[in-house]
Order: sequence, then C-alpha cells, then structure tokens
Amino acid sequence: MSELRTIHCSKYYLKNGEPMGALDDATMQVGDGRFVSIIGPSGCGKSTLFNIIAGLTEPSSGHILLDEEEITGKSGRVGYMLQKDLLLPWRTILDNVIIGLELRGVAKKEARRRALPMLQKYGLKGFEYDHPDALSGGMRQRAGLIRTLLDDKAVILLDEPFGALDAQTRLQMQNWLLKIWSDFRKTVLFVTHDIDEAIYLSDEIIVFTHRPGRIKAQIDVALPRPRNEKTLMEERFLLLKRELLLMLREERSPCG
Amino acid sequence: MAGKSIHRQPVLKIEDPGIARKRMRRRAVSGQIIVGLLLVFLWEFLSRIGWLDSYYWSSPGTIVRTGWKAAAEGTLLQDLAYTSGATIAGFILGTVAGSLLGLSFWWSELYSRITEPYLIAFNAVPKLALAPVLVIMFGIGFDSKVILAFLMTVIVASIAAYSGVKNVDRDLEQMLRSLGAKRHQIFLKVVIPSSVPWMVSTLKINISLALAGTIVGEFISSRQGIGRMILYAGQILDIDLVWVGVVVLSFLSIFMYLGTVWLEHVLMKGRQPKS
Repeated sequence: MSELRTIHCSKYYLKNGEPMGALDDATMQVGDGRFVSIIGPSGCGKSTLFNIIAGLTEPSSGHILLDEEEITGKSGRVGYMLQKDLLLPWRTILDNVIIGLELRGVAKKEARRRALPMLQKYGLKGFEYDHPDALSGGMRQRAGLIRTLLDDKAVILLDEPFGALDAQTRLQMQNWLLKIWSDFRKTVLFVTHDIDEAIYLSDEIIVFTHRPGRIKAQIDVALPRPRNEKTLMEERFLLLKRELLLMLREERSPCG
Repeated sequence: MAGKSIHRQPVLKIEDPGIARKRMRRRAVSGQIIVGLLLVFLWEFLSRIGWLDSYYWSSPGTIVRTGWKAAAEGTLLQDLAYTSGATIAGFILGTVAGSLLGLSFWWSELYSRITEPYLIAFNAVPKLALAPVLVIMFGIGFDSKVILAFLMTVIVASIAAYSGVKNVDRDLEQMLRSLGAKRHQIFLKVVIPSSVPWMVSTLKINISLALAGTIVGEFISSRQGIGRMILYAGQILDIDLVWVGVVVLSFLSIFMYLGTVWLEHVLMKGRQPKS
C-alpha cells in the first residue's frame, strides 16, 4: 500500500515585502498504484508542490501524508525526478543509477550486480559503461528514471521528465514509461505542460490554476489500458483534450 | 574523371580520422624539434661569429661543457635534488592544504563569507617579499624553501577549490537530497568530484609558482640549491655557470610541468577539462 495525500498545502514567499502565493491550499489524494498527472500554466506551483512532497522545502502550512504517516519536511521518502537528468558527469551510467543504493550503504559491487539487469532490460544495454555525455537526451532520461526506480520508493514524482525531448523521442519514452509503470506498479505523480501526454499516460488529471496554484479540477481519464497510438484517436481522448484545452485557456496569464 | 569511373563497381572510400590525426601530430612534433634545434644552432653560430657577446650570452656548447663539469666535479646534481625536492614538497603541501581549505567553504555560508575577503587580501600580498622574514623565522635550511613554495601555492589552490565549490550544480545537491543523502554524503559524492576540474586547472600554474618560491628562498640565503648556485656564479662573474643554472631550471620546470600534465590526466579520467 502506498497512498499519498497532501492536506491544505500552501507556500507563500515574501516578495518586496508582500506575501506572494506559489501554492494555495492544495488538498489531493493519489491512490496506490495510480498514475496521476498535474497540468497547469507555468508558474502554477507544480514544482513547488513537488519540492514540498519530496521534503526539500517546508510548506508554509499543510501536511504531506504517505500511508497516513506524516512525511512533511522529510526528504528521501519518495522518488523524485526532474526535467534535467542530473546524472553525475564523472560517473558511468551504471555508477550513476546505483547512487541511491550507495547512499543507503549497499556495497558498490553488490549495487552494480543488482542494477545491470535493469539497465539491460530497460533499453540501456551497451551503454552501461559510458559516461552521460555520450548518450542522447532520451537515453539520459531513461538512466535518470532507472536511478529513481532502483532507489525503490513506492511513490515517484516526475517533474516534466520528457519536457526537453523532441516529439518522436517523447512518444517512445511515454510508451517506455508505461511499460515500466505496469512492471513496477508504482504510484506516480507526473507534472507536464503537454495535454496529450497527460491524457495518454494517466488514470487521473489534476488541473491547477494560475499563480497562486490552486486545484481547479480533478478529471478521471477512464481510457482502457494498455494504451497505444490508437488511444490518441479515440473519441474519449479527444473529448478530454477539448475539455482540458478550454480549462487551460481560462488560466492563461494576461502576460502570456 | 568521374565520368569514366561512374559505371564501374563503386569503390568504398572510408576515411580514418585517427590516421590523419596521428600524422598531424607526428608532423607537428618533428616541426617542433626542428625549430628547437635551429634556435640552438643559431645561438651557437651567432656567438661564434661574434654577433652575440659570448661573455654575456655564453653559447650552447660552453653551457653543456660547463654543466658537465659542474655535475662531475661540483654539486650540480645535489643542488638539483635540493631545489626540486623543496619545490615538490611545497607544491604538494600547498595544493592539498589549499584545496581542503577551499572545499571547506561549502559547509557554511557564513564562514565562507567571513573568510573570503581575507583569502583575496592574502592572495594580493606579494609573498616573495616576505622571504627575508621567513628565512629568519625558519632558518636558511630546507624548511624555509618548502614554506615559501607552500605560501606561493596555497592561496591559489584554495581559491580554485572555492570556485569549484561555488559552481557545484545546486540541482545535483537537491537530487542527492531527494535520495535521502546526508550532508557529508553530498560533500563526498558531489561537491568534491565536481570541484576536481577547478582544482586540477591550477596545478600547472602552481608548480611554476612553487619553483619560483624555492628559488627566491635560495637567493635570500641558502647553502644548497640551483638558486644559490646561480647567485654564487653571478657574484664571481662566472656567467657561463649562471646560464647552466638557468638551463637546468628550465629543464626542471619542463619536467615538473609534464608531471602535472600526467597528474591532470589521471585525475580527469573520463571527463571534460575545465579550461
């Protein structure tokens, strides 16, 4: 069981002496093994929310619960992956993905032994001993996600992991992610700007308002799985897309 | 030409950039050697025909002969060992201590902010000007030379390591934190390795600074060392011997430089150098 809940989470900063809201009263629930996406205009506090859930920033108010246990301000309880791959350039891919295990005191040799089959199964065969700069953006993101998976947390936060990739690679990576998700049955919270991506991947979509970010709507995707390119043309898909586009248009900030 | 062969079986022309690169390197090295030899011959030739006053400028032949004699009958080799020993000891101590000092600034912003202006101020002090005091404090022996070489390198090394620390990608630190890393783990696994290129980038400068420190120390007061030999030779107007000292120091400097290049290569395995 791994259920993530945020309860009345807010984050305010002081800017020129005035309090500025980044996130306002976010209450939501991500059920065990669910794939939930968050979409919203830029600056809607999505990344703030993620930093709070990951325990890297303290919320101004509110709580984070993981299986009813309070984890507010505690780091290292959920997996977290950003748009930047953040691989250590001086380490090989293999040594990059084992860093979570290393931090927990697993011997390097043992960690490598565990990681090798993962790399080979999930599309990094032949790159194990390369350094990150020898890999394409998509490959690096794969390594980044495998690093997160090897850390073996039940809940994984993905902050626009495919945002920097081209459309072709993106679709490939989305299918790859769905495969990994169905293999590992993790609870996933996913941030994206891309409506198609959100619908294609998720069980549920949470729409955020413009700054300060507030939850505007929570939508059940209810498209059958497994999904593939045909899903993109289903009526339900197009319907959801229309609905979401309209919602996001309302939220477009006056300055663009 | 193309018209004739176009209908024939195409010939695969596969370029090997490795070969071209190798050939280029071989030609460059031969060119470098030729230029060096030409310069030496020109020097010898000009001093023989009298265009260069051989009293001041000596000549390659005389330098080799004088050097040979100094090595066989005098103390040239002991002096060389003394100078290189003091230089290398000071260089290692200064680089290690300076790097540790620079890296330590990662631990506390307040501490680094209080210390930084003093680091910059101390960097501006002409350390060589302190040499007479240091010789009085630490004696005319080996120690005072090592300390001068140390002082020449320590601040440069610490400033370099501090730049490395300041340039650590904050997101990498956050990523490690999100994996549950403790501060000392972040320090060991991210801060030190990502500062290595900065620390390495000053090795070449520091080895020559260390040599300069040692030589000045020997100039001030010493019983041994190439610096002392040059000073002594100058005082008795044995200019050929001064030239021997200068040439020996140049070679020492080149060898130590090559040593740091090798060290750099070892420390930077699999990475891009920081230019």
